[in-house]
Amino acid sequence: MLEALSAFWAEYGTILLQGTRDTLIMTFVATILAYILGVPIGVFVVITQPHGIWPNRFINRVLGWIVNIGRSIPFIILMILVMGFTKFLVGTKLGIRGATPPLVISAAPFIARMVETSLMEVDAGVVEAAQSMGASVPQIVRKVYLPEAKPSLILGASISTITILAYTAMAGAIGAGGLGDLAIRYGYHRGVDSMLWATVILIIILVQIIQSVFSWLSTKMDKRLR
Amino acid sequence: MQSSLTAGQGRLFCVHTRQKEGNAVRDDSIQVQENKGYGGASIQIQHLNKTFGAGPDQVQALGDINLDIRPGEIFGIIGLSGAGKSTLVRCMNLLERPTSGRVLVEGKDITQLSIRELRRARQSISMIFQSFNLLMQRTALENICFPLELAGMKGSQAREKARGLLKLVGLAERENAYPAQLSGGQKQRVAIARALATDPKVLLCDEATSALDPSTTQSILELLKELNQKLGVTMVVITHQMNVIEAICHRVAILDGGVVAEEGNVTEIFANPRSAIGRQFVYPDGVQIPKLTSSKVVRVVFNGGSSYEPLIASLAIDCGVKVNILGADTRNIDGKAFGSMLLGLPKDLGEANKALRYLRGQADITVEEVPADA
Repeated sequence: MLEALSAFWAEYGTILLQGTRDTLIMTFVATILAYILGVPIGVFVVITQPHGIWPNRFINRVLGWIVNIGRSIPFIILMILVMGFTKFLVGTKLGIRGATPPLVISAAPFIARMVETSLMEVDAGVVEAAQSMGASVPQIVRKVYLPEAKPSLILGASISTITILAYTAMAGAIGAGGLGDLAIRYGYHRGVDSMLWATVILIIILVQIIQSVFSWLSTKMDKRLR
Repeated sequence: MQSSLTAGQGRLFCVHTRQKEGNAVRDDSIQVQENKGYGGASIQIQHLNKTFGAGPDQVQALGDINLDIRPGEIFGIIGLSGAGKSTLVRCMNLLERPTSGRVLVEGKDITQLSIRELRRARQSISMIFQSFNLLMQRTALENICFPLELAGMKGSQAREKARGLLKLVGLAERENAYPAQLSGGQKQRVAIARALATDPKVLLCDEATSALDPSTTQSILELLKELNQKLGVTMVVITHQMNVIEAICHRVAILDGGVVAEEGNVTEIFANPRSAIGRQFVYPDGVQIPKLTSSKVVRVVFNGGSSYEPLIASLAIDCGVKVNILGADTRNIDGKAFGSMLLGLPKDLGEANKALRYLRGQADITVEEVPADA
């Protein structure tokens, strides 16, 4: 058993480590970029609501549509759909670079919804109190909405990150690299079952670590739990 | 006008606070920097209307409200839920925009201000709330710093001022506590300190004690009264509890169905409520005064003296006069009686006067005759 394991590791260890590294890079780079896009969208959706702090029916509707359209296109199709744009943006359709634009485009609307949900949890009374003190709209966003929603935003980030991790596995199908790519190439095309299982186990471990770290962070930061 | 709505630097004064809750600091004598801007502002509400919705769903929340709130007074607005009192108080800092009418603060119509001017004016019209509305992710001290940050004050300066305010409300030792670690009364004290941070001229209190137990309510009301006396800040107190009005307000407006049913000095309204809703608030539950006019009726208000039961008993023993308790709405807070009672005196005039004299001779009790036509 042990011999079999070491033989397996000798043959596939390097590419598994490489795959894990690629998956992590893709996941975190795409998550960060998607948050840069998604947070402002989520914030604007919340503040432009009819009873928000900056009501604007037009902006609210348009952003709502964008988010819904983005969320309704399956990732595997979106990837193919935006290939031309990807090539234009990063110069390649392959590898980590090629996978990042579709991951970001697909995840940003999802993240916008997560952010929206978190911000909606902020007590309306606290927002009203800030208004009563003469806070401006940007001040309320920066000093009330985002800090008060922080624990919820962090929990949302764990869900977003894990979702993007799952997307990277799909991106493997069209040559993005990473653990998904290994599973398809070795596990599916070459019938190496042990590789299939190895990638699955590695992904489970990654998900567990991500979830635990974010949950710990969220609890630690939440000053309501005392 | 702009400058008179904002605050400058000024003299020092001293405030004593007493506190009944846990973690109490008694007679905490401290000094606080007073600003020139302190002292109350007048508020005039003129022909104010507010409707919600449009078309067939339209609801008139407030109808032609006219109020003249004087600088430095504590003005109560009482009404049942849905009477429009929260909407009215929100028109005083434009959290709600009146559909029509004027809201003059220190003579200036705030409905005409630009957004920027309004934000600046709001720094001198503070508000406290029933649910405290503290930032849950900030400590007590950081919560008080919040309005100062908004106003652009430097961090160290803001913290120093916030510490002074925490002392003022008797919570100096809890500066690093988060709201979740504080009791309801303590949270409201932090909220009051936060509201005072920008040296306001007006403090709007929206059901500020409704979420608190009776003894905490008393201590918060005492604090508000004290702050009004020391700082001269005009206070508008929204409540559905008559004992709140009685405890701290100088004048009161009774709101019913979005209109002012009655308005005047608190003592006068208590002695002689003219509107139906006024009588409902002043007289204890379910008492129908007009049916009781066969004998003299007095309203006895307990201001925290001994319990009310011995009073009636001793009246019978000491004077030999028996009275009817027509209605009572009293609370025992820390062994002291608060609230009011309606007593029917004997028909015999001599006996009635004897009882009246006896009652008037008691400490911590106010006695008012209820007019026969009330």
